[in-house]
Amino acid sequence: MSYDPIDIALILGKIGLVFFVILTLAAYLVFAERKVLAWIQDRKGPNRVGPFGLLQPLADLVKLLTKEDFRPVGADKWLFYLAPAMAAIPAIMIFSVIPFGAPLTLFSHTIPLQVADLNVGLLLFLALSSIAVYGVALGGWASNSKYALLGSIRGLAQLISYELSMGLSLVPVVMLARSFRLSDIVAAQSGCWFIVYQPLAFLIFLISIAAECKRIPFDLPEAEGELVAGFHTEYSGMRFGLFFVGEYINIIVLGGLAATFFLGGWHGPLLPPVVWFSGKVLAFAFLFIWVRGTLPRLRYDQLMHFGWKVLTPLALVNILATGWFLVLKG
Amino acid sequence: METLFFLIVAAIAVICSLMVVTNKNPINSALSLIMTFFCLATLYVMLEAPFMAAIQVIVYAGAIMVLIVFVIMLLNIKSEAGRRTSHALFMGISVGLLLLVQTWYLLVKSSLSSVRGTVDSAMISKVGHTELIGKSLFTDFLLPFEITSILLLVAIVGAVVLSKKKL
Repeated sequence: MSYDPIDIALILGKIGLVFFVILTLAAYLVFAERKVLAWIQDRKGPNRVGPFGLLQPLADLVKLLTKEDFRPVGADKWLFYLAPAMAAIPAIMIFSVIPFGAPLTLFSHTIPLQVADLNVGLLLFLALSSIAVYGVALGGWASNSKYALLGSIRGLAQLISYELSMGLSLVPVVMLARSFRLSDIVAAQSGCWFIVYQPLAFLIFLISIAAECKRIPFDLPEAEGELVAGFHTEYSGMRFGLFFVGEYINIIVLGGLAATFFLGGWHGPLLPPVVWFSGKVLAFAFLFIWVRGTLPRLRYDQLMHFGWKVLTPLALVNILATGWFLVLKG
Repeated sequence: METLFFLIVAAIAVICSLMVVTNKNPINSALSLIMTFFCLATLYVMLEAPFMAAIQVIVYAGAIMVLIVFVIMLLNIKSEAGRRTSHALFMGISVGLLLLVQTWYLLVKSSLSSVRGTVDSAMISKVGHTELIGKSLFTDFLLPFEITSILLLVAIVGAVVLSKKKL
């Protein structure tokens, strides 16, 4: 197999672009979250660094990079250093299969706006999100601290439970689109978005991704009232930053996936596709921030009960109903 | 190029599986096993079976190993004191050698080595790998498939019965 040098350059360019955009967006999402929360709680929020506080993410980055990077006594050296990367890298890698715009045609070259158009794209997403669990689990275990261990045990149990309902809620999407390929799933929604056929699956997916990014009604792994900071209690400096940014990358990526699976991906009238896609992702990010400003935290047994006894059976019934619908429709 | 890549992946797989049995710390053993599963998934991708690769990672690395790590963390098992006897070493080596001889015999002496199946690269790129697996599972291998699912159902019911104190 040999590739055109132009193709290789394009792929590298797309990877670079996605990296740059996602990391910048994640940093500014932290800022946006602080601003929106402040607005919800009738405060002003960060407004000291730069105009309207817009340079705050840069100041935070400098602070995190210059902080001392230490390791608690008795911590497992390798796992302690590896865990933050294990949490953040799978989250960025998932974005490689998301189509973020309609294919461009430049000088008779068709450029799909997607890093890798895999025929098992949806399965790759499920595989990578199940790998991301290890960052949480090992980070807490390697810290050699009670709170961190409790946080990571909670995190593990929660992520396993909600991954199940997340995977099951995507089965009807695959049944409707008849493909695991994300570009096919987007193409199948050119007429009508899947949220119209599958409102229940969308709701289950939305709740599951909130649990998957450990956002507020489901933020038990880092419940600050009881566990200090949960699984990343012992981390400082940029290693803590990696865990933190990883969570915001997760929000962007999972928001992008929700848009791809249920809201027609980059499809939309009038505006260019890339604008539609970014708009949908930002709408999901805003929804998550809004939920954080509104809801209290669940109790641990409520969380498990809800995942296993409500979401999973509902998702199974939904798959059966979709199957019957497709058979009767022929 | 492909052979070189295969050799690298295979070497990592062998080293990691050796580390599974030689590591004293159970968490490190579990992590080495996950690395081995990743190498196997890479080999599946090289064999043009991306569906198998994804399932390998989801089921083994993502589900089963997470549960094993969970149990190790919950019980907080620290490094095991060296209780390794020459007896176990001898048995392990002899079983390994036996399997090696058997594989070698099967590959070199039997008539299986030169047989080619009906599925080839052209067919995979035309029909799609996932479709091919789905078709053969639900037509040619329907009975084993159903038996496996009943077995899994029995295991699930058994797990519920065993873990519930009063029914």
